[in-house]
Amino acid sequence: MFPILYADKLAANIYRMVVHAPRVAKRCEPGQFIIVRTDEEGERIPLTICDYDREKGTVTIVFQPVGASTTQMTNLKEGDAFLDFVGPLGRPSDLLEMDPEELKQKKIIFIAGGVGTAPVYPQVKWLHEHGITADAIIGAKNKDLVILEDEFSAVCNLYITTDDGSYGREGMVTKCLEDLIEKEGKEYNHCVAIGPMIMMKFVCKLTEKYNLPTIVSMNPVMVDGTGMCGACRLTVGDEVKFACVDGPEFDGHKVDFDQAMKRMTMYKTEEGRAMLKAQEGDTHHGGCGNCGGDK
Amino acid sequence: MADVLKKVPVREQDPKVRATNFEEVCYGYNKEEAMEEATRCINCKNPRCVQGCPVSINIPKFIQELKAGEIEAAYNTISESSALPAVCGRVCPQESQCEGVCIRGIKGEPVSIGKMERFVADWARENGIKPKTAEQKNGHKVAVIGAGPAGLTCAGDLARLGYDVTIFEALHKAGGVLSYGIPEFRLPKSAVVDKEIENVKSLGVQIETDVIIGKSVTIDELMEQEGFEAVFIGSGAGLPMFMHIPGENAMGVFSANEYLTRSNLMKAYRDDYMTPIFRGRKVAVVGGGNVAMDAARTALRLGAEVHVVYRRSEEELPARVEEVHHAKEEGIIFDLLCNPVEILVNDDGWVKGIRCIRMELGEPDESGRRRPVPVEGSEFEIDVDTVIMSLGTSPNPLISSTTVGLDVNRKKCIIANEETGETSKNAVFAGGDAVTGAATVILAMGAGKAAAKGIHEFLSK
Ligand SMILES: Cc1cc2nc3c(=O)[nH]c(=O)nc-3n(C[C@H](O)[C@H](O)[C@H](O)COP(=O)(O)OP(=O)(O)OC[C@H]3O[C@@H](n4cnc5c(N)ncnc54)[C@H](O)[C@@H]3O)c2cc1C
Ligand SMILES: Cc1cc2nc3c(=O)[nH]c(=O)nc-3n(C[C@H](O)[C@H](O)[C@H](O)COP(=O)(O)OP(=O)(O)OC[C@H]3O[C@@H](n4cnc5c(N)ncnc54)[C@H](O)[C@@H]3O)c2cc1C
Ligand code: SF4
Ligand code: SF4
Ligand code: FES
Repeated sequence: MFPILYADKLAANIYRMVVHAPRVAKRCEPGQFIIVRTDEEGERIPLTICDYDREKGTVTIVFQPVGASTTQMTNLKEGDAFLDFVGPLGRPSDLLEMDPEELKQKKIIFIAGGVGTAPVYPQVKWLHEHGITADAIIGAKNKDLVILEDEFSAVCNLYITTDDGSYGREGMVTKCLEDLIEKEGKEYNHCVAIGPMIMMKFVCKLTEKYNLPTIVSMNPVMVDGTGMCGACRLTVGDEVKFACVDGPEFDGHKVDFDQAMKRMTMYKTEEGRAMLKAQEGDTHHGGCGNCGGDK
Repeated sequence: MADVLKKVPVREQDPKVRATNFEEVCYGYNKEEAMEEATRCINCKNPRCVQGCPVSINIPKFIQELKAGEIEAAYNTISESSALPAVCGRVCPQESQCEGVCIRGIKGEPVSIGKMERFVADWARENGIKPKTAEQKNGHKVAVIGAGPAGLTCAGDLARLGYDVTIFEALHKAGGVLSYGIPEFRLPKSAVVDKEIENVKSLGVQIETDVIIGKSVTIDELMEQEGFEAVFIGSGAGLPMFMHIPGENAMGVFSANEYLTRSNLMKAYRDDYMTPIFRGRKVAVVGGGNVAMDAARTALRLGAEVHVVYRRSEEELPARVEEVHHAKEEGIIFDLLCNPVEILVNDDGWVKGIRCIRMELGEPDESGRRRPVPVEGSEFEIDVDTVIMSLGTSPNPLISSTTVGLDVNRKKCIIANEETGETSKNAVFAGGDAVTGAATVILAMGAGKAAAKGIHEFLSK
């Protein structure tokens, strides 16, 4: 069992948990992820590592309920425990493997969208600890959904933008990046974008125009997270890659986002049923004719 | 009087009924049937069957004990050589091993060794009989990677010799392919697999799940920081292969591993588990091995019409004969001598069909089987909404790529001495599918056994 030492809410729909998982904490690096399972019947849910403390043996995760399993996770509190918490999975961020001198030459812009803000944080923080202060854009729908502002401000030059203009700048992250480059004289030679797939797709479209190399973190459907099932496969350039072992970070200009977004919806109806069942509990009587609930 | 040339028939679930449930297909022998079958064994002086068994179970001895009704003795005889008899009795390809060479098989049917082994093991379990445990701990620590048949066997044998053994398993559940791959209807999980794992644990073996060697911790760290004096790698061959044909990333195309893992490990076929599985209406399973049969029969039970698409002919099907026979009885359609060339995709990105080309058999290839060659202009389409790729698997490079000094061959299989399990790295041993590539449960167990001996010799020096 992996006890939850601390749990809070970062925004209306975004949850943070600090979990005691010494093996993971000891070896994890920014860019990697873990898989959790709440109970015997639960799914294996991949979540990016948002922070870690090697001494205390803890790992921080931040998540948003989207389906039945993540919704169920929101019921967990401090003192509860995850049945499984396995990792670190995937490759660490490329930035960590770069030659320090080369890294110092980089003018880096991070672009974080929604709950994707959380996984950007350890990378920005890592750079800061290595003497590099990057720029970062956090994008959110509105003021209430902006997360980790203080944490970011302490380790980078932060720009906040909201879709409705209720906080910071107004507009999507792509507009903010465009403005920074075209109107505010900023120059970048490395971009990292993490957020909803649709956001990453449009950031990549824009940065292609500027010839700005862009790394994205892909979050396809996964099962094992060790390369064993192939559920997470993506097309990158002309090759098929498994996000869990070859990624999750890839060259965004090579990723086939349209295919990846379609594959994400594969279990939509199945998941919809599971969600209904989770909400309705024992009162679930089926009716869809497919899930067996009415048999 | 029964016909001595024939096996005592085994009771099975009716094909029509079982096609709609996940309960075990074969009921196995009861005591009377098993004892009657035992009388067919002529207790050969030079028993060929023993040579056919990769772990050399003393088959005539256990059969004679069974014949005399001394079932506990029979169990102890089997346990001397095999840690997972209830599993092997069910899934061994007996026709090409012990039973394949049984003298009775020359004229008539061979002795039904597997079914008797299964009966003895099931009886022992139901009667609470446990394998014998170690005399005394010897204070040496050994780490085992992977809780599949190879790892469980190696760990069990070492524990019996007094070693302090910890198994590290990447998944949340022990068992390897027995838990995530082979379906419930062939190998019941809580009734059989979990009990056999409990037996290994009762020998004093610790199992730490959720630890991925190479990611959570490396082999060198286990030895340098956690005090393990030797390591056995039994990590299997879990990486799925794809065909690299157009349409393979469409929605509705799965590897057999994904499909079976969802159904077996995550229990997606059951209503009380959260993990979803796609229930196709018409499914094509590409391949002809045990894995393909399992995927096909799982899809059938989830309500689909299922086609097995295989490029050679029935004779070359690598699956166990019993499984092919069961699959046919259940209504699986075999499209033999045909090979997919493209997966057809609709506008929403979902599979809508599969284009195949007919094959004919040419000259034998290096495997000795006749090589299939495409018949030009013979392409045709099968309309399906799901495609399950079951083309074989290879070892995961996670361990070899993070362990300095561990040599692998061209196919990423770890190079190890067959007799001792020794690898190129000092104090590191390996066996099972990780060394041989995808093979069988009993071969993996045999390798685990050999390595346990090798490790014992190495640490006794
Ligand atoms: C490597 C990796 C890292 C991840 N890191 C995080 C993280 O740090 N925090 C986090 O909240 N989530 C993260 N995710 C996504 C998270 O795993 C999924 O949200 C979760 O699996 C959903 O499980 P579920 O059963 O609740 O819903 P699901 O069964 O996954 O799906 C419900 C529906 O929601 C859609 N959906 C799934 N994921 C998302 C998403 N991210 N955004 C919008 N729609 C989605 C699906 O298309 C599906 O139709 C990550 C995913 C991967 C693969
Ligand atoms: C669907 C299917 C049906 C089959 N049917 C039959 C049959 O009928 N008869 C038969 O004899 N054989 C059958 N086989 C083959 C047989 O199951 C295998 O040959 C056998 O399981 C190999 O055993 P193993 O211990 O070497 O590996 P596995 O059973 O694969 O076990 C390896 C274990 O190691 C774990 N692992 C991997 N990497 C790591 C890591 N880095 N760190 C920690 N743990 C790790 C895995 O999660 C797994 O649990 C079948 C295989 C499949 C897939
Ligand atoms: S372990 Fe397998 S090969 Fe050996 S006797 Fe039993 S069924 Fe036959
Ligand atoms: S070869 Fe057949 S008949 Fe002879 S001992 Fe073995 S099982 Fe009995
Ligand atoms: S999640 Fe199974 S291979 Fe990546």
